[in-house]
Amino acid sequence: MAESDHRVMIGLEVHVQLNRLKTKLFCGCRAEYQGLPPNTNVCPVCLGLPGSLPVLNKLAVNHAIMVAKALNCTISRSFNFVRKNYFYPDMTKNFQISQYEKAGGVPVAHSGWLGFANDSSERRIRIRRIQIEEDPGRLEHPEGIGSSKYVLVDYNRAGVGLLEIVTEPDLASPDEARVFIQKLRSVLEHLGVCDTSREGAIRADANVSVDGGNRVEVKNISSYKEIVKAIEFEVLRQTKIIEAGGSVIRETRHWVEAKGMTISSRQKEEEQDYRYFPEPDIPIVSLDEDTLQRILDSMPELPDARAKRFVEQYGLKSYDANVLVLDKGLADYFEETVRLYTNPKTVANWIQSEILRQLNEKKIEINQLAVTPGYLAEMLHMIETGEISGKIGKRVLVEVANTGLPPRVVVERLGLTRIADVEFIRRVAEEVFRENPEAVEDAKRDQEAVNYLIGQVMKKTRGRADPDVANKVVRQLLNGG
Amino acid sequence: MEAVFKMGASRIASAVNAGELSAKEVVAAYLERIAELNGKLNAYLHVDSTGARRAASSVDDSVVRGERLSLAGVPVAIKDVISVRGLPITCGSRVLRGYVAPYDATVVDRLKRAGAIVLGTTNTDEFAMGSSTENSAYGASRNPWAEDRVPGGSSGGSAVAVSGGMATAALGTDTGGSVRLPACFTGLFGLKPSYGALSRYGLVSYANSLEQVGVFARSVDDLALVYSAMLGADPKDGTTTNFSWSIRDAPSRGVEGLRLGVVAEMAGEGIHEAVSSALSTTCKELERNGVSVGEASIKHIGYSLEAYYLIAMSEASSNLARFDGVRYGEHPAFEGDWNEEYSRVRSLFGLEVKRRIILGAFALSAGYQEMYYGRASRFRTMLIHEFREAFKQFDVLIAPTSPTPPFRFGEKTQDPLTMYLSDVDTVPVNLAGLPALNVPVGTFTIDGTTLPLGVQLIAPYGRDELLFTVASQLERSGLSIARVVEPWGRIV
Ligand SMILES: [Zn+2]
Repeated sequence: MAESDHRVMIGLEVHVQLNRLKTKLFCGCRAEYQGLPPNTNVCPVCLGLPGSLPVLNKLAVNHAIMVAKALNCTISRSFNFVRKNYFYPDMTKNFQISQYEKAGGVPVAHSGWLGFANDSSERRIRIRRIQIEEDPGRLEHPEGIGSSKYVLVDYNRAGVGLLEIVTEPDLASPDEARVFIQKLRSVLEHLGVCDTSREGAIRADANVSVDGGNRVEVKNISSYKEIVKAIEFEVLRQTKIIEAGGSVIRETRHWVEAKGMTISSRQKEEEQDYRYFPEPDIPIVSLDEDTLQRILDSMPELPDARAKRFVEQYGLKSYDANVLVLDKGLADYFEETVRLYTNPKTVANWIQSEILRQLNEKKIEINQLAVTPGYLAEMLHMIETGEISGKIGKRVLVEVANTGLPPRVVVERLGLTRIADVEFIRRVAEEVFRENPEAVEDAKRDQEAVNYLIGQVMKKTRGRADPDVANKVVRQLLNGG
Repeated sequence: MEAVFKMGASRIASAVNAGELSAKEVVAAYLERIAELNGKLNAYLHVDSTGARRAASSVDDSVVRGERLSLAGVPVAIKDVISVRGLPITCGSRVLRGYVAPYDATVVDRLKRAGAIVLGTTNTDEFAMGSSTENSAYGASRNPWAEDRVPGGSSGGSAVAVSGGMATAALGTDTGGSVRLPACFTGLFGLKPSYGALSRYGLVSYANSLEQVGVFARSVDDLALVYSAMLGADPKDGTTTNFSWSIRDAPSRGVEGLRLGVVAEMAGEGIHEAVSSALSTTCKELERNGVSVGEASIKHIGYSLEAYYLIAMSEASSNLARFDGVRYGEHPAFEGDWNEEYSRVRSLFGLEVKRRIILGAFALSAGYQEMYYGRASRFRTMLIHEFREAFKQFDVLIAPTSPTPPFRFGEKTQDPLTMYLSDVDTVPVNLAGLPALNVPVGTFTIDGTTLPLGVQLIAPYGRDELLFTVASQLERSGLSIARVVEPWGRIV
């Protein structure tokens, strides 16, 4: 595959909405803006009306510091905000209040890393810096970008707090980018600073370069699901160009979700001059030791610590524990189920096989799955007591997932309880013997054929026959009993 | 009874609170006076007679209910860069024509709660950029002292309103002297508070890190009364601070033993002799009252003007970016490329505003930011330090407010640098965030025209009360007397 022939370097600028805050970054409007009529979640401050002033949301700082700590960053004891000046209709002030490392700016944190396991080796992706900034409004092109006669602006989102997390170009493949984003999401979810499943909660720009080419910036990736797709596309595009002997132009491209491709932004690549300078309306934020310590002390358990605990407390394999904590919802689901059904390994196995299968097939998140921890536990109990077989359990789980009915109801409705009635199974076996005379003949010498006959009995009972009984009955019949 | 328009704020408030005078009568008297004089003086851009009458009757109702308000019925004027809910706010610019402020600035809200009545909004150089009101898109204000002299700027409208007896007190803004200079040119007390003492919420920013809302009044007591009503940190402005002093008591304290420093670098060459003599008269008067006078030095103060304009223009270039016509203000129908449309809307800015936006954008641009904005900021830190050193030896500093008495209309409009030089004595205070107060110091007569003089007192950061103590002494001595003046030069 082309990717392995060419070294790939990927850097990400991830924008994380601080959507667990009650209010926007600089005013009292709600941070949760989805689903509201346009321009109703606004006030003089986030509309940038003349005379209005930003007042920093202190909790946003706390959230930023927790993220910085979780990403092993150096936290600035004193930092400030800067203005990034540029004209754009989604900006109410035509500047964005942000942070910066130059022009008199000091961002909240810098120089960290996020680690994850990849191919049994630990990978550390360096974090260059983390900055706090405000989200712009949203432009709506009623007839699609480029074809609309006009553009509508909705400022409901304007001023929502964002963290920009900038990595070094350490990601070596789209797959690593996928795991990185997963891990980052899990960290954010564990910290409770971002509901990452909300629309627009995680957006990114990616720098992608393939050996022998040039650095290309991919902008406009509007959800975490799209990040990997955009990178995959871009790596492939660049690799093809290089292999065909062409040259990759250094440029900015846009990810067009609907088309599944990046397109050149075509604009003449003039260097934007943002004319950064310190924001005069927001005093420098100084963190004293006590405040910082209080924030750090309030930090909840992080994925790595949780995985470690899963190994120690539940006896899981490290690999399995890591899979679970990569999705906070999954890890919560695991612990919730274990509280109700106290065999952690069984629970972990079921989650990693059947539950994950359901999530993948349905393309949903764990919290959208109809199989609640209670239902899973109930079903595992039924298997344990022999009410249903493990194989039936898989079917039950699918049914529960599809219908939302409790497992017991599903089992009853579909008549899936295990059959241990020897007479009944014998009648089924006799039928199988009549229909398969050759197999019966073979079975006298061939164990394979015996298994086949047992399998047929199971099949006729739609898996409900107690396998032990079926086994016994088939052998008895073969022995002339 | 004394004519209402000549009464001080404390006098009006106590009369209204006592039921001897109704707020409605006060407002009626002032509206009449405005109708009579504003055509000549162009102090007000918008007079809110309906709102003022309504506010007056509500104050009268409160008095009947037995409430006592510190500014009961005191009529005030608000510079047209400060938001008054329901009134047009144009900032003296065509760009904001037709825009009505949807909320009250915190300072306005606090004045209203204290019983003050907003008569209207006053003229200003466009976005407070100027020293004469000649940059207003709505015509210059006139100085009641002399027909051909500017009232100073940018808060010229407010100064003229108070000096002409069309308001008892008024709010201005002082970014680089915009309260002190017009106070000086119209013979008033004009305060620029310590940075952060008053909320800027609702003040349309020109240069955020430099400006403060300021007050014009005709007596130190009035100034203290109005200023006190607005003090206190504002949750809507993160740069505000709570100060513990009581301004109301400051005027009655004695000055004996205070150490006054004359800023040597500001008192030397290039100062009009009338200004110099006003300065020394003031020092002598204070010395007579037990103040020790010495020479203070702020060694590098001479670089202030350059640093000030670099910072002010840089901040302005960013602040004024929001006026693109999309959300408010005057705009032609949008059609075509939005960049071009923005340019069309922004061509409504006047020449001086455009000049400052362009220069400010340049000073912040990549490759120049460090050389201009960066160096200016570092100078600022140095200046703060030098002031701090000077205040180790002196309690209060004194300097001219303006190197010259009021200049003539058109005298400086051709050359922006000459106009900028009008601010040479006032801008260091803004760079250092210090409190300063223009006190009127007599008059002088040239070619048959009598003009007011003034000097500024400068106190350490957060020691605004000292200004009131010293100014009050000068007022008691009869040196600093502010009067109502009618066109042209008739002292009432
Ligand atoms: Zn808001």
